[in-house]
Amino acid sequence: MIDNKIAGLSGKEIGYLDMELLRFTTAGSVDDGKSTLIGRLLYDSKAIFEDQMEAIERASISRGGEEVNLALLTDGLRAEREQGITIDVAYRYFATPKRKFIIADTPGHIQYTRNMVTGASTANAAVILIDARNGVIEQTRRHAYIAALLQIPHVVVCVNKMDLVEFSQEVFEAIKKDFTEVAHKLGNNDVNFIPISAKLGDNVVDPSQHMDWYIGPTFIGLMETIPVGGDHNFSDPRFPVQYVIRPQSDQYHDYRGYAGRVAGGIFRVGQEVVALPGGQKTTIEGIDLGEQTLPIAFPPQSVTLRLAHEIDISRGSMIVDAVNQPVQGQEIDLMVCWLNSKPLQHRGKYLLKHTSNEMKCVVTEVAYKVNINTLEEIHDDTTIGLNEIAKISIKTTRPIFYDSYKKNRETGSLILIDEGTNNVVGAGMIL
Amino acid sequence: MELHTINHLRELEAESIFVIREVAAQFENPVMLFSGGKDSIVMFFLARKAFFPAKVPFPLMHIDTGHNFEETISYRDDLAEKTGTKMIVKYVQDSIDNGRAVEEKGVNASRNVLQTVTLLDAIEEMKFDCAMGGGRRDEEKARAKERFFSHRDEFGQWDPKNQRPELWNLFNGKKHIGEHFRVFPISNWTEMDVWQYILMENIPMPSLYFTHEREVFCRDGVWLATAPFMQLKPGEKAEVKRIRCRTIGDITCTGVALSEANTLEEIIQEVAASRVTERGGRADDKRSEAAMEDRKKEGYF
Repeated sequence: MIDNKIAGLSGKEIGYLDMELLRFTTAGSVDDGKSTLIGRLLYDSKAIFEDQMEAIERASISRGGEEVNLALLTDGLRAEREQGITIDVAYRYFATPKRKFIIADTPGHIQYTRNMVTGASTANAAVILIDARNGVIEQTRRHAYIAALLQIPHVVVCVNKMDLVEFSQEVFEAIKKDFTEVAHKLGNNDVNFIPISAKLGDNVVDPSQHMDWYIGPTFIGLMETIPVGGDHNFSDPRFPVQYVIRPQSDQYHDYRGYAGRVAGGIFRVGQEVVALPGGQKTTIEGIDLGEQTLPIAFPPQSVTLRLAHEIDISRGSMIVDAVNQPVQGQEIDLMVCWLNSKPLQHRGKYLLKHTSNEMKCVVTEVAYKVNINTLEEIHDDTTIGLNEIAKISIKTTRPIFYDSYKKNRETGSLILIDEGTNNVVGAGMIL
Repeated sequence: MELHTINHLRELEAESIFVIREVAAQFENPVMLFSGGKDSIVMFFLARKAFFPAKVPFPLMHIDTGHNFEETISYRDDLAEKTGTKMIVKYVQDSIDNGRAVEEKGVNASRNVLQTVTLLDAIEEMKFDCAMGGGRRDEEKARAKERFFSHRDEFGQWDPKNQRPELWNLFNGKKHIGEHFRVFPISNWTEMDVWQYILMENIPMPSLYFTHEREVFCRDGVWLATAPFMQLKPGEKAEVKRIRCRTIGDITCTGVALSEANTLEEIIQEVAASRVTERGGRADDKRSEAAMEDRKKEGYF
């Protein structure tokens, strides 16, 4: 190994210390300009390189297109390019001097719900595109519903193609009013509106020259400033144990550390905690991250906790605040999004994964399914197939320690696995 | 409410450590693939952090094409020795000698594709149920759709159209006998993130990444290093230039960049100013529009 050559500049001078990470999901169909928006963001922020641009130009021309088709940038699979459709969630990356962005770009048609739920599960923000000529349509309500169901902390509504409605303020305000009503009913968090033209670039990176009446931020300006600090739960300390670290070396003979990622709240050295199941009380003796020791740990840090007493803790245990504890139980009500073409089996047994816990469960009741277009509850047809969303009840073989999904997206989420195929078939949000 | 935030590098670090720990917890016999390039070096240092003060609870494995930069091999051996990590080396030459792989012919011959045979044979022989790799989603568009936990059938193949959904931080490593997983802990990192992290953590790097004089030649607009097993075409001329590597792979298909960058900060500035992707110099990707997807389906890294 050789020693690095470092000029000794501080992190600030080379510009990385102050960057935050923001994950967002984009929803929209082929026609409302989603690929154009993403393409413009990537191109204007210089995340598309010359060789990628050349490759897209080559491919666009060989397919007989006149304009450069930026969807070719994200449609990476052969089948997607051949059929001209997007099959799966594609992840894209770009950065501005203020933030690093991860886009989960979800296709608008095939397996729409499954893909959007996947992309939404880790997102800080949902970007919903509306064609200014069409206004709030069925699909918009579907997007808003999923953003609300998955509790995405921020919603950004881009009213696109403003150039095709003569940059009209009236059109924008009418759409804003319609969507606000929908969002209010669904319980969407922090809804923002921006009039844009992705094709011409108005209000995407640079402010529009055509809409003096709009005084808000550009799309990128908003994405750079949305406060993400409060997106995690900081009030209810939860630490699912992933792995027990026991070096058993001479130097660290007695070391025993519990490795995991903080799923909620703040943990401090000296804090009184309880290990579930079991419920033994102890205190936090130390918090380690590699060779560093830390005074506190909070989401989404991965750390190792050392405790004052030796108690029985293994993968699947959860270390929590002694006073503020999660719910423990075996009978759980949840909203489930079905991800597989084989429908949900009533009284069916599935493998369940929840935090670092894994066990079997049985579906005890299907209360209703949601008509994702009208958002009505359907009680007389409880066949839950691919892309459908339902309220169900399950019973687990052992108690799990959970919070409602609304309170904590980490300790309130679970997946169901088909034991025959090992495939993930259901995404659950605990009520 | 009291709020705290961490910067993007610490958040990526936390995510990768979580994924690496999941591998150690969910699989019986995992291995971490090591190429000697910056991505696998960063991945290994993340693994060290994940289990400190214990040793990394799985071995590293290098699939050696025999067409290496010398510096890669000395770095690899030095790293294994200094950190007390088991390093398994499997040779593509052995796969050729025993007839499992056939050497490509012609001036553009490369052992890049042959690595898949050696890799899959090693996974089967040593009964690994999970192989971690340093692949990143920003590298290439087929990789943009890859899961963190990527399922492989009993033939080691990837079915990109039929991937398992992956939600929240709930990773599903369930499999049938004979199947295995590829796991990509640094999926969400970009080239820039990797370099910034190397600087922030002061991770020692092979000298190949810094500017140095080397005998090179230009083929189809890409600078390649000369080596005894590389044939020059008529009109190609070997000359000495100041260069550095942006990626390190098999010497036959790793393009080098004319560069004066001599410190990590200068490399970061160069990456920031670059208008060509790091894989722009990789001859292995240029074979067709779906070159990476095709190799990945067969079981490539």
